[in-house]
Amino acid sequence: MNPALELALRLVILVVAFIVVALVVGQTEHKVMAHMQGRLGPMYAGGFHGWAQLLADAVKFLQKEDLTPRDADRWVFRVAPAVALAPYLVVCAVIPLSPTLVAADVGAGALFILAAGSVGILGVLMAGWSSANKYSLLGGMRAAAQLLSYELPMVLAVASVALAAGTVSLTGIVDAWNPLWLLWQLPGAIVFLIAAIAELKRTPFDMPVAEPEIVMGPLTEYTGLRFAFFMLSEYAGIVVMSLLFSVLFLGGWHGPFSDALGPVWTLLKSAFISVVIIWLRVAWPRLREDQLQRLAWLVLVPLALAQLALTAVWVVLSSQ
Amino acid sequence: MTDHQHSQGNPSVKPKSSGIIPGLVQGLITTAKTAARPSHTAEYPDAQPHLPPRSQGVIALLEENCTSCMLCSRECPDWCIYIDSHKETLPATTEGGRERQRNVLDRFAIDFSLCMYCGICVEVCPFDALHWSPEFEYAELDITDLLHEKTRLGEWMPTVPLPPALDPRSAEPQEITAANKPARTTPEARP
Repeated sequence: MNPALELALRLVILVVAFIVVALVVGQTEHKVMAHMQGRLGPMYAGGFHGWAQLLADAVKFLQKEDLTPRDADRWVFRVAPAVALAPYLVVCAVIPLSPTLVAADVGAGALFILAAGSVGILGVLMAGWSSANKYSLLGGMRAAAQLLSYELPMVLAVASVALAAGTVSLTGIVDAWNPLWLLWQLPGAIVFLIAAIAELKRTPFDMPVAEPEIVMGPLTEYTGLRFAFFMLSEYAGIVVMSLLFSVLFLGGWHGPFSDALGPVWTLLKSAFISVVIIWLRVAWPRLREDQLQRLAWLVLVPLALAQLALTAVWVVLSSQ
Repeated sequence: MTDHQHSQGNPSVKPKSSGIIPGLVQGLITTAKTAARPSHTAEYPDAQPHLPPRSQGVIALLEENCTSCMLCSRECPDWCIYIDSHKETLPATTEGGRERQRNVLDRFAIDFSLCMYCGICVEVCPFDALHWSPEFEYAELDITDLLHEKTRLGEWMPTVPLPPALDPRSAEPQEITAANKPARTTPEARP
């Protein structure tokens, strides 16, 4: 096939799949959260249990006026939503669903996702800084502090997995995976999950967008489609983090009939993790800013370092 | 005995679980249990709500009972009742008798965009011309359409529920006592 055509085809498939899966996760959150709170959630849009609610929301967002505050740093303010959303799309491209099903196979996949994923911080920080609003600024600063401190335990947890597999390629990591990993990489997995939720700024780590205190944090001044982009990036973030978790810690496409059903296993495991992330949001209250930093530096970082040491010892002993 | 002493004295009463981890697990269990149960939501436009019979939905007017005394209008806290009336002279019923005057209601309107549903007008009406009806679906696209004139107010009358039954062994209502009293006989002339 013509390489340019193939590139375009892969890109279109990736973007469509990315948006569809993000919307599915968003709809799942609507329904799961509603039922966990004894409600029904959306029931009308689309007919069957409100399946088209997020599409209806998108149409509504399209009709809203696109406001930019007078004192805002206009250019930065307008670009910020794209900067928040795009890194997740880039990360999504390199996560393999099966050894062959991947949009772009990168050799050092684990490094690439950590590098690309941390660009998303910039989007939030840009939004907070350029809005010329005290709530946005406070939220942006909180987001930056939180994302920086949770980046470290996340990197350490990924490093532990890469060390255990002996490669930084995501495909290589899944190939090296065996069920024993569930046990001895468990602390690393817990650290990764907590850090991932914190990276997504979701409850219980939603201090940066805490509505009762600082309205909506960095998103306060956003309206219409730009606000929708931020919401979409939150759901896309859940997708990316769940996929990563299932690839790094749950063995991706490993499972019965993995030759034929490989991608299905990856997606099933990711769906389970997504529901867990939604569940934690419903069940747990928000952490205070100091508790949040304390958890990152006094619990997660030592735990991740201990996991890294354990993995190193294991790898050295087993290679002898 | 306070609750504290009680829980100490009775070992079967489990102390409430405390600490971070049990609390977090408790949160997860509670939400999962709630998700497993069917929700209590009644989907309103498809399923009608079960309203108590004394719900204050809309005010109905029984025009025949109204004497245009203006009490409701004057007591209304936000002055949303409009009454216009005129006096009509009735000819004497007997030869040489006096002519009577009677109030005739021209307009009775309640502006439900102002009404705060306090029910003072219903309470204050001495002739039971105003009644609460539990109907509530009369939203309008134009706020001025919420001004219900007396025909519209009269249309609510069939939706007014019957008054609640009297308690067992309660006193007879005054009206029935009065109606059952034997007619007064003319006293015999004194000898």
